[in-house]
Amino acid sequence: MIEVKGLKKGFSGKTVINGVDAKFEPGKCNLIIGSSGSGKTVLMKCLVGLFEPDSGEICYSGQDFTGMTKEDRKMLRQQIGMLFQGSALFDSMTVEQNIMFPLDMFTHDNYSKKLLRVNQVLERVNLKDVNKKFPAEISGGMKKRVGIARAIVLNPKYLFCDEPNSGLDPQTAILIDKLIKEITLEYNITTLVNTHDMNSVMEIGDHIIYMYQGIKEWEGSNKEIIFSKNKLLNDFIFASEFLQDAKDMRQLEMRGKIDNNRNMDELLK
Amino acid sequence: MNINIFTELGRYILMLKEMFSRPENLKMYWKEFMHQCVEIGIRSLGIVVIISVFMGAVSALQTAYQLVSPLIPLSTIAQIVRDTVILEFSPTLVCIVLAGVVGSKIAGELGNMRVSEQIDALEIMGINTRTYLILPKILAAMVTIPMLVVISAVLGILGGKLAAVATGIVSTSQFNKGLFQYFKPFNVVFALVKAYVFSFLIASISSYYGYYVNGGALEIGRASTKSVVVSCVMILLMDYVLSSILL
Ligand SMILES: Nc1ncnc2c1ncn2[C@@H]1O[C@H](COP(=O)(O)OP(=O)(O)OP(=O)(O)O)[C@@H](O)[C@H]1O
Ligand SMILES: [Mg+2]
Repeated sequence: MIEVKGLKKGFSGKTVINGVDAKFEPGKCNLIIGSSGSGKTVLMKCLVGLFEPDSGEICYSGQDFTGMTKEDRKMLRQQIGMLFQGSALFDSMTVEQNIMFPLDMFTHDNYSKKLLRVNQVLERVNLKDVNKKFPAEISGGMKKRVGIARAIVLNPKYLFCDEPNSGLDPQTAILIDKLIKEITLEYNITTLVNTHDMNSVMEIGDHIIYMYQGIKEWEGSNKEIIFSKNKLLNDFIFASEFLQDAKDMRQLEMRGKIDNNRNMDELLK
Repeated sequence: MNINIFTELGRYILMLKEMFSRPENLKMYWKEFMHQCVEIGIRSLGIVVIISVFMGAVSALQTAYQLVSPLIPLSTIAQIVRDTVILEFSPTLVCIVLAGVVGSKIAGELGNMRVSEQIDALEIMGINTRTYLILPKILAAMVTIPMLVVISAVLGILGGKLAAVATGIVSTSQFNKGLFQYFKPFNVVFALVKAYVFSFLIASISSYYGYYVNGGALEIGRASTKSVVVSCVMILLMDYVLSSILL
């Protein structure tokens, strides 16, 4: 469980996060959505301490993160896994070494045991035959998956994913979404995902926060989001006319104006 | 954004202070240290060999050219070559070259890691990145660069001998005689003190500029240029300070 109270962050006078309160529960996919530049990445980086917030409180399972000593922070961070927007793989290491790195650093297992774990997580993210490749030699989507594999290799309690499926084809994107959802449920992880992909929102959004210019504009679940009356949110999710039409259709259907088993040909006549 | 010199100096000192923390896993740090010894020491050996031999040879020829008086014995050439190589050429010149070779490599590597968020990724894992990334580099530089300086001094003197004998300025026995004339062991100590100080400067300054890169790929290039310029100036400055204190 991660709790945020009154979080503020600015850069050289320009406010980026302007007082965000939120609660992220374990075993749920917590989504942060919002248009490009709305402060999603900055919010996430504040939560993990890569940026120091200007004011506000962050609590990890009741522990105050902002006031923590360096050593305590280091201990806590061993329970955090993070996927960066640009993957951030170590480019001097092979895929296998990248994923094994946290194991090398924080466990005392022997090589074969570590290798077993590495292959296990690689399989989890549907990657094969890439162990000995360098990050420069694999595609962007594969990098993302290796990034996820590295983030979950130590069985984290908290998982942060910054746009896990931007730049991926729809199939792989859904695969990654499902994967994130599965491991969240399986290990009861508190998962935070930054995204502006509507597919993921509908697919895995147990709890969604909509950010608009540094403010939490809307909060709810994927069941509620399509029927929300929030103008800004509506503009954001129904940016395409196709989706807007689909929504209108669905609403008519809900109100009983159209039969669920409608015959489209007849309706369009 | 204009960062003034005192802010930079303060940040540099803070970086050095925060570099000392308990390693999360000694074995990994040892591995990184060894890796850096190879990167910094072994990979610079070639250039050090080449410049040392030539610098010795040139200093022998130029010394001979300047010593025109028949009153001065020819063996003095060997003595002068020995002392200039040990006192100045090997420690200072080699370190200036290494500031370019090693310094730009360190700044470039760290700068790239910063820009592509690899440093953040390490930080998130709960690793003190200053300790893991910078300390091994500084230690490796302080272990290998003085060794390179010693190798360079030996090669420089050999190069001088080779040039002097090959051009017929002095005979081998004359050169050897001069080589052991008025030899002060303290000069070697002085050279090593310089080598330690310079290697620390090279590694720490370039780490500083690389670690604190801000922005995109363009900044990485700027950071390595800046690190080379600043470490060269600092080396020359400390060269003067050490000479006036210790000699
Ligand atoms: N290190 C920084 N220094 C100064 N300003 C920054 C910094 N990082 C982000 N910003 C500013 O903060 C704002 C929010 O950026 P952020 O990266 O959080 O957007 P985002 O919501 O993640 O967008 P995207 O979906 O494109 O990734 C931007 O206006 C950006 O200019
Ligand atoms: Mg972002």
